[in-house]
Amino acid sequence: MSLAPTTSSSPKSGRPSSWRSGWRRLAADRLGFFGFVLVALFIVAAILAPWIAPYSPTQIMVGPRLAPPSWEHWLGTDQIGRDLLSRVLLGGRVALTVAFATIAAALTIGFALGLAAGFGPAWLDNILVLLFDAVRSFPTIVFGLAVVTLLGPGLSTVVLVVSVTSIPIYARIVRTQTQALRHADYVDAERAMGAGIFRILFVHILPNVVGPLVVLASMDVPLVIATEAGLSFLGLGVRPPMASWGTILNDGYTFIRNSPWPVIAGSIPIVLVTLGFTFFGEALRDIFDPRLRRDV
Amino acid sequence: MLIFVLRRLALSVAIVAIAVVLLNAMLHLVPGDPTVMILGPRATPELIERTREAMGLDRPFYIQTLTFFGNLLRGDMGVDVFTGRSVASIVFSQLPYTLTLIAASIVWSAALGIVIGCYSAFRRGSWIDLSAGVLSVSTISVPSFVMALYGLLIFAVGLRWFPAVGAGTGFWGQAHYLVLPAFAIGISWVGYIARVVRASMLEILGANHVRMARAFGLTERRIVFSYALKIAVLPAVTLIGTGVVHLFSAAVFAEVIFSRPGIGALIVNAVNERNYPIVLGCILVTTIVIVLATLVSDLVNAWLDPRIREAL
Repeated sequence: MSLAPTTSSSPKSGRPSSWRSGWRRLAADRLGFFGFVLVALFIVAAILAPWIAPYSPTQIMVGPRLAPPSWEHWLGTDQIGRDLLSRVLLGGRVALTVAFATIAAALTIGFALGLAAGFGPAWLDNILVLLFDAVRSFPTIVFGLAVVTLLGPGLSTVVLVVSVTSIPIYARIVRTQTQALRHADYVDAERAMGAGIFRILFVHILPNVVGPLVVLASMDVPLVIATEAGLSFLGLGVRPPMASWGTILNDGYTFIRNSPWPVIAGSIPIVLVTLGFTFFGEALRDIFDPRLRRDV
Repeated sequence: MLIFVLRRLALSVAIVAIAVVLLNAMLHLVPGDPTVMILGPRATPELIERTREAMGLDRPFYIQTLTFFGNLLRGDMGVDVFTGRSVASIVFSQLPYTLTLIAASIVWSAALGIVIGCYSAFRRGSWIDLSAGVLSVSTISVPSFVMALYGLLIFAVGLRWFPAVGAGTGFWGQAHYLVLPAFAIGISWVGYIARVVRASMLEILGANHVRMARAFGLTERRIVFSYALKIAVLPAVTLIGTGVVHLFSAAVFAEVIFSRPGIGALIVNAVNERNYPIVLGCILVTTIVIVLATLVSDLVNAWLDPRIREAL
């Protein structure tokens, strides 16, 4: 506790006193560190996937059909003899791309809308909050299905669906922080000295929301990855023959009576990555912003 | 209290209205002829003409939306473009399956979650508390369709204890078919609810009125069951109320994986057939159910907690 200032008396309490102390605390949190290792492994494997995959992920009959794990095929093969390890590695690349793209989009738009709601006139705030509530009362998957019906399945549709449904999460926290700060004494003082809206935004508001946003984003990654895999599992996300953890699971589901291995191969990375991001996110939250603990 | 209920009702209606506008706007926002988009590759000129007329797509967006809204108020959500049956009757014939599944999932997980949460709060630091903590974080983050697939793999395909396909008949038959899907949906909620109940229980056991009850010499059992528990489950009620959204998402997968009838299975089929009126009807009905659930959870909160009731 003594390493990072966390009291509300400091205007920049959302940030750790230094990255070094944050890192030391992460290393001390066993579960958090485990999460960090899983996350790091996932990112490295996803980036290097095309070079470390032992076979082509779409090449059929590189081995027998629905084979159990062996030295040649560490995770076995699927119903048309594709190497599951290679497919899982390339699927990780899809998951990472979707996670990165949606969170970047949702963060940017959510930040802007949250500022508009918190800083703008009351009527705008009311409308935006109502919109946030409305979006949050559609189940992500069901909303996704509506969009897929109209736009057709594909990676970009997945990114669109997941970003739209995550925007309110970010916008709400930015709005709350902005409202709390817009009449803080030091902001009033700054305004009295003639500071423009951009100076107030970037010097005072932004540093205060970065911490909570980073924490939320890291906790949002498992949801994003699960949604991508879910839509692809339903045949509404990534198009075959491209590999995604969801399409691997879909193939596995179809042939579940013949072999358990495709389902196991497709689910292990989902479980490890969601666990990794959750543990890592909880550790980050404890480091960055203990106040969030009550909300999540 | 009345004003509170009315305000919440107004908000609920507004959310449904936004859903209607959004879903209809999407039709017009997509480039190209919306009728062709809806019907996809199966469109014949005659079918296109019929759909355009049935859905009012030849009229401007705002008139079409207003007409749709007016029809909705009379319980009319249009007709299925392929079979000509009423969308409302199709959706409502599937809704009970989904609601039963969601209710079963939430009942077992809430019961177990509250017990584990209370136990963890009383025996803080015990190995049960610690392992429940780690387990709940783990189950929360594993997606429900992965749970469902493993349930299917182990208990239906492997051990053959439970059926893999369908919904069963008769009470016990249906219950038998419900076990695996309800397990898959509920398991992550056990952890969620246990965590929330544990936290609020710890807070309440340190609160002034509980300290006073102790000072009066009330037994711990009496304190817990007549004072603390009622308040401690409040956050869990809120959690379930706001979580109905996620329960619906999870139900979609459970229905597809266990080949059960229900809204989820209906909507996935409709998407594959590009049957937008059915998709639209399913989304509207789920949105209405979700909005109602949130409303009910707010009212239950007010009913259980005198502090909230006073504030209204």
